Amino acid sequence: MLNNVKTHLLSDSGLDLTSLEKALGQIYHHDNDYADLYFQSSQHESWVLEDGIIKEGSYNIERGVGVRAISGEKTGFAYSDEISEQALLNACKAARTIAPEGGKHHVAGLQATSVEARYKANNPLLAMEDAEKIALLRAADSYIRAKEPGINQVVVSLSGVYEEILVAATDGTLAADIRPLVRLNCSVLIEKGERRERGSAGAGGRHAYSFFSADKDGRPYYEVLADEALHMARVNMEAVASPAGAMPVVLGNGWPGVLLHEAVGHGLEGDFNRKGASTFSGRIGERVAAKGVTVVDDGTMHDRRGSLSVDDEGTPTQHNVLIEDGILKGYMQDKMNARLMGVKPTGNGRRESFAHLPMPRMTNTYMMAGSHDPQEIIASIDKGIYAPNFAGGQVDITSGKFVFSSAEAYLIENGKITAPVKGATLIGNGPEVMQKISMIGNDVALDRGVGVCGKDGQSVPVGVGQPTLKVDELTVGGTA
Amino acid sequence: MQIEKQIAQIQNIVDDVLKMALSKGATQAEASMSKVQGIAVSSRMGDVENVEFNNDGGLGISVYVGKHKGSASTADLSKEALALTVAKAVDIARYTSEDPCTGLADEDLIATEFPDLDLYHPTVLDPKKGIELAIETERAAMAYDARITNSDGASYNANMGMRVYGNTHGINTGYPSSRYSLSCMMIGAQDGDMQRDYAYTVDRQAHKLKTPLEVGQEAAEATVSRLGARKIATGKVPVLLHRDVSSSLFGHYVSAISGGSLYRRSSFLLDKLGHQVFPEWLNIEEKPHLKGALASSSFDAEGVATKDMTIVENGCLAHYLYTTYSARKLGVVSNGHAGGIHNWIIGDTGQSDAELLKTMGTGLLVTELMGQGVNTVTGDYSRGAAGFWVENGVIQYPVHEVTIAGNLSDMFANIQAIGAERDVRGGVQTGSVLLSEMRVAGN
Repeated sequence: MLNNVKTHLLSDSGLDLTSLEKALGQIYHHDNDYADLYFQSSQHESWVLEDGIIKEGSYNIERGVGVRAISGEKTGFAYSDEISEQALLNACKAARTIAPEGGKHHVAGLQATSVEARYKANNPLLAMEDAEKIALLRAADSYIRAKEPGINQVVVSLSGVYEEILVAATDGTLAADIRPLVRLNCSVLIEKGERRERGSAGAGGRHAYSFFSADKDGRPYYEVLADEALHMARVNMEAVASPAGAMPVVLGNGWPGVLLHEAVGHGLEGDFNRKGASTFSGRIGERVAAKGVTVVDDGTMHDRRGSLSVDDEGTPTQHNVLIEDGILKGYMQDKMNARLMGVKPTGNGRRESFAHLPMPRMTNTYMMAGSHDPQEIIASIDKGIYAPNFAGGQVDITSGKFVFSSAEAYLIENGKITAPVKGATLIGNGPEVMQKISMIGNDVALDRGVGVCGKDGQSVPVGVGQPTLKVDELTVGGTA
Repeated sequence: MQIEKQIAQIQNIVDDVLKMALSKGATQAEASMSKVQGIAVSSRMGDVENVEFNNDGGLGISVYVGKHKGSASTADLSKEALALTVAKAVDIARYTSEDPCTGLADEDLIATEFPDLDLYHPTVLDPKKGIELAIETERAAMAYDARITNSDGASYNANMGMRVYGNTHGINTGYPSSRYSLSCMMIGAQDGDMQRDYAYTVDRQAHKLKTPLEVGQEAAEATVSRLGARKIATGKVPVLLHRDVSSSLFGHYVSAISGGSLYRRSSFLLDKLGHQVFPEWLNIEEKPHLKGALASSSFDAEGVATKDMTIVENGCLAHYLYTTYSARKLGVVSNGHAGGIHNWIIGDTGQSDAELLKTMGTGLLVTELMGQGVNTVTGDYSRGAAGFWVENGVIQYPVHEVTIAGNLSDMFANIQAIGAERDVRGGVQTGSVLLSEMRVAGN
């Protein structure tokens, strides 16, 4: 793989490893401790079916190189959308000025990192004919229209990315990766009198598009997603006002793991903790969650949306235990923050593109299974909320306050799931909520592969997951 | 190179790309291209943290082969990449369906006048100067109060660039613009409670930014004032959305009256043209040609001329917002809203923020909103909030970890007053908004 990527990103632009070492050497003319070059080329396409017709198709290409120089806690950064020796040197000369002239270090000879592939290096855009992609969208549309006669609004979209990256660094790192990523989304709107409700469902991962037509529980996967979108719209059509106030909440398995992403994930990123800005800063070894709670971030899972064979600094990804049986074990690190904190990088250095700086980011963040049957968890509650599906969330890592919004939820009354309630925002404090987890299900699952995480204006694909969970108290932002 | 020369160069590229599209079989085409150069520098704990040199550019093209549309874009502006991009767009149009509503904007709506909107005020991009500003800002914040214990840093951004739009009706025009900002985020601690908050200033002219002292002190004051925040009891109370967050309310209105939401029947304001949505005293003016403003433009993303409009008149929904496509779907014509709105000025009721607190009496002043809990289809609204508990017009203590919830239809109708002190740092210029009652969830 390294050779293929080298050809596309370097040789085709007249560069070779010697020119990269030379460029890194330029940065070391100044007193920098570390520098890296990040070459990237990506192709992205999307197809949208709406009103029963193929309405839109688009194709995007991006290509460039980013140059970073680090001196202590300082970073200089420049990039170019042209890959050439001259453009590379110009970027190096701009980035190196973060440190004064007079370098003390030598560039280590570039040594290829051995990388275990976590997904196939296929190009999903080419692996399926355009006509077949269109047929897939039409099949999903027909299926939905057959299931819900009279439906007006159906939107089905398909998108795919093919990306090649190559990292070379002054510590000798040389790593490449080929990263496919696909996604299918179904969105429906149903009407009943004056009332209109939307439902949507999606899936994806580092697959080919055939993932969506492959068998899932005895039928094509797109049918499962279409049914889920219809189900959400139908449930919300009957939803009554959600209660307001603090109450027990049962979160479903899979996608509701967005709880972990917001309540603990961001707060455990190395940069915030190095700066002492997180509510979890300086708390390694302390109890930050209830007994039984084990949370990991794992970039090595095969074909997952949040997975990476190597991160964007050339560090192979790992299975990182963040919280073990309620005790805080470690943070997620990139190279810079790991060095400043005196620990090892964890394979969490990620960036949106060559035009953005890397920082510690999550990959697939999930909670390990417990022992309770999900039914038993529901049955333990007199009055509360069951929330199996969510929209996005947000966190203030300093105060620990986080929110996430339910997209499908029900009342629990006397141990039974009863009426559906409207979507509501749930709010809590990360470390407090984690200690209020009183029952953990035996049904751990990851989400279907649709997560996008935003931090400092940079978006990256991520995964989340968890078993069914009981939180003894969360504030529910309903209106009733 | 002179900016005029650079724009002319980009216009030539746009022209070439459009010709290429026609030669490959397109019957119509449109392209837009932008180039931005800038610096982003930051300081933390009194020293430089990051120095970033930004240089971004991109070209997007849409082609129409009869009534079939294809789009492509590239951030790589080499000749080969541009040719590939055009070829891909034309290729995609072979697979999209025939759509009677697709195509360029109507020729008679295309902008023909391009007044100077005073958007371009270049400065020399000097990282050293930027670092000084950031460090000075942070220093002012750190010195403001002993409870400021840590910093998330201060940053200075300067960007200069241009945008060119052309289509095969014959328009090919561009303009330069600049944008500067200075921001600061501080962390405060007291009795084991840790809080953060920030302040920022943004303008098209560097010298019109607030001073580092003002920004630093504002950030520090906001941070310190949050220390000791608590929850409040669940109940129904009046809510005053501070002008730092109140523009989001009108952002939801923009989504709900956008043509795309209407033809998809995905808006709670469907079939409400001419209906009373806000109180009678409320007007919303759109002023796309406001000199030096952050959302000014004489044409929209499809080249359609923008014009002054009264979007909300005496509280009534006077205009939906159309693009060419959504207008055709709905049997009307575009009113220049491809790519969004251009400077909305929200009417006010004349009070200062202090007077608004008195008008509210007892209730929740909201200074931060969290999360995305807004459903434009139904109008259902539920978001995380932080701010202050107010009694008899006087702030009592900071509040956090609560939600405010309601339905946007009611919230719009229940606007009691809007303050005269406006936030002008975005596309919606509004004062603080007083809502008569919302459901607050806390303890």
